[in-house]
Amino acid sequence: MLATFILKLREGGLPASITEYLSLLGAMKAGVADYNIDDFYYLSRTALVKDERHLDRFDRIFGEFFKGLEPPEGEEPRELPEEWLRAMAEKLLTPEEMEQIKAIGGFEKLMETLRQRLAEQKGRHQGGSKWIGTGGTSPFGAEGYNPEGVRIGQDRSRHRRAVKVWDKREFKDLDDNVEIGTRNIKLALRRLRRFARQGAATELDIADTIRSTAKNAGHLDLKMVPERHNTVKILLLLDIGGSMDDHIKMCEELFSAARSEFKHLEHYYFHNCPYERLWKTNRRRKDNEVPTFEVLRKYGPDYKLIFVGDATMSPYEVSHPGGSVEHFNDEAGVVWMKRLTDHFRRSAWINPQPERNWGHVSSLSMIRHLMENRMFGLTLAGLDEMAKELNR
Amino acid sequence: MSQFKSTDRYIASRDLEVAVNAAVTLQRPLLVKGEPGTGKTVLAHEVAKALGHPLIEWHVKSTTKAQQGLYEYDAVSRLRDGQLGDPRVHEIGNYIVRGKLWDAFESDEQTVVLIDEIDKADIEFPNDLLLELDRMQFFVYETRHTVVAKKRPIVIITSNNEKELPDAFLRRCFFHYIRFPDRETMEKIVHSHYPNIKEELAHDALTVFFKVRDVPGLKKKPATSELLDWLKLLMVEDLSPEILRAREPHVVIPPLHGALLKNEQDVHLFERIAFLNRRGA
Repeated sequence: MLATFILKLREGGLPASITEYLSLLGAMKAGVADYNIDDFYYLSRTALVKDERHLDRFDRIFGEFFKGLEPPEGEEPRELPEEWLRAMAEKLLTPEEMEQIKAIGGFEKLMETLRQRLAEQKGRHQGGSKWIGTGGTSPFGAEGYNPEGVRIGQDRSRHRRAVKVWDKREFKDLDDNVEIGTRNIKLALRRLRRFARQGAATELDIADTIRSTAKNAGHLDLKMVPERHNTVKILLLLDIGGSMDDHIKMCEELFSAARSEFKHLEHYYFHNCPYERLWKTNRRRKDNEVPTFEVLRKYGPDYKLIFVGDATMSPYEVSHPGGSVEHFNDEAGVVWMKRLTDHFRRSAWINPQPERNWGHVSSLSMIRHLMENRMFGLTLAGLDEMAKELNR
Repeated sequence: MSQFKSTDRYIASRDLEVAVNAAVTLQRPLLVKGEPGTGKTVLAHEVAKALGHPLIEWHVKSTTKAQQGLYEYDAVSRLRDGQLGDPRVHEIGNYIVRGKLWDAFESDEQTVVLIDEIDKADIEFPNDLLLELDRMQFFVYETRHTVVAKKRPIVIITSNNEKELPDAFLRRCFFHYIRFPDRETMEKIVHSHYPNIKEELAHDALTVFFKVRDVPGLKKKPATSELLDWLKLLMVEDLSPEILRAREPHVVIPPLHGALLKNEQDVHLFERIAFLNRRGA
C-alpha cells in the first residue's frame, strides 16, 4: 500500500525515491510513529518531502490517498457519536443559539436531519444551502452562517485533533509555481552569477606558492591571488505603463532583487515594445530619453540583456513602422528587437503573465518567436530556466 | 532510547518531535529550514541537552570548504618548519589539523553535530560531504588512514534557503520546515522564556507583534527571536502595558521598535503609515 503511495507522489511531481521510501519503512519499523495517523503523516512528510515548496502538494496527495482510511463518505450513514456532537454544540453555541435550535425541533431533531443528510450526500461539498460542507448556509458544516448550524471539524474548534492536519494545507503559499517575493527572486538570480578574480591580491595561492617555493630551492615564496567577484553584467529593459500596471508590484520586486544582486546592472524603460528611444526615469521621461543606438554603443555584447514585459499589445506595434501607440516610429519594433538581440550575445524575455495565457495573445507569440523562445515566466521556475539559458 | 520532547525552555510542535526522533532513530541527518529567527539553531542545542549528548557546532561561512570539517593539512607551517630544521617536520601527522566532524567521529560518546547555515557555503559543499555523512567515515589522504565514527553522531543541519541543496544530499536527510508559530504556541514560547512576565504585558505585546507582522510590505518580518528580545527590553524598561495598548501600530511606531524592525526602510514605512493615519484621524 505504501508503495502505491510513493508512486502517487511521483505522479504528482514529488521527487520521492526508493531511498526515501526505505527510510520511511525503517522509521516505521523502529516505531517512530506508533499507529497514530497524525504521527504517521508527520513522519512520512519528514521522510519524503525535501523541499518546502512541495509540502502543499504532499498534503494534497496524502489527503487524497488516505481518504480510504477515514470512514467512507456517503455510502452508509456515518455514526457520529452523539455525545461528541452535543459537546461540540455546547462548546460552540451561545445559549441564544441553543434556543434557536429548539426552534427546528430541538437537538435530537437536528441530529436526525444531520444523519439523513450524511447518508444522502455523495462526496465533498462546498457552498450551497443543503449539503454538509464548508462555507454554506446549511445547518451542517464549517464556516457557515446558519445559527442553527453544527460545526463539523474546523480550525477554530477546540478539538484540534478532529481537523485533519493535512487538510489545512498550511503550506499553500510555498508552492513552486506561485509568484515570488524579493528574497526568492534574489536566490533565483544568483544562478546568474559568474565569478572571476579581480582587485587586490588577498588570497594565498597554494599551488603557485608551492611551485615558486620549489623553484626557489625551498625558500618560502608566498604567492597571492585576488579574491573572486561576481562579474556578470546585466542590462534590464523594463516595459512600463499600460497593461504592465497589473504586474507592477512583481516587477518592482524583481528589479530591487536584481539591484542588490548585481554590481553591474543597468536599466532602461520602454513602453510595450522597444523602439529608437529608451529612458531611465519615468517621471522626467521627456528630459532623459536616450537613443537606443547609444545604449547599443555604450554596453558591450558581454552584457546580458533581459527584457521584462507582458508583450501584450496590438500586433502592429511589433510588426509595422508607425505602429507605436505613442509616436510615429520610422522603423518597426521587429527591427529594434532584432538589433538588440543581435548585439547582445545573451538575451531573454521575462513575462509576468501566467504562462497558460501566452498562447492567446498574438503579439506575445510574435515576441516569443523573435526571442527564439527565450521567454520565461516570472516565477521561480521561470527565472531558474532563464538563468540557465543566459549562462550557457 | 531517550526521546526528544518539548521542554520548558523550548516548545517543539509535534511534527518537529517526530522529525527529530526519526532522525535520531535512523541515525540520519536532519535538515531544518524555516524563517530566520524561528529557532533552527537553538533546536540543536535543545536536542543535545534533551538527549544528554555534547554538542559540536560547525558554523558555515561563504568561504567554508567541506574539507575543513574533516581536517586540514597545514602545508605552510610544515614548509616553514622544514626551513628552520624543526624535527617535527618528519611526521606529517603533526600538520594535520582536525576538523569538527573528525572530533565528533572520534568522540567516545555519541555527539550532536550542528552544521549551521549550510546554504552559506559554496554550492558544492553539500556534495562534498555526501559520503562522510552517509557512512560517517572519511579517508585522510596524507596519513593514509580512515577515520570511522565510533558512535554515529546525530547531525542537525540548518538552511536559510539561499541556495538549493543537491538532490543526492537531500535524499540522505530527513527534512523539517519550521512554520512560524501561531499565537497560541507563541504564548507558550514567551512563557517558557520569561516565566515571570506580567500576563497583561505579554498579551498586549503579542497583539502588537502580530499586527506588526501583518503590515504589508515589510522587508524583514520580525520573528520569534526578535519578539523575545523586544519583550526583554520592555521588561527591563518596565513599561506599563497601557503604552502598548494606547499605541496601536497603525498610529505610532511601537516603543523600542529597534528590537523588532531591523531595516531602515521598514522603520520609514512605519513612520509613513503612522503619519498617514494621524492625518486621516
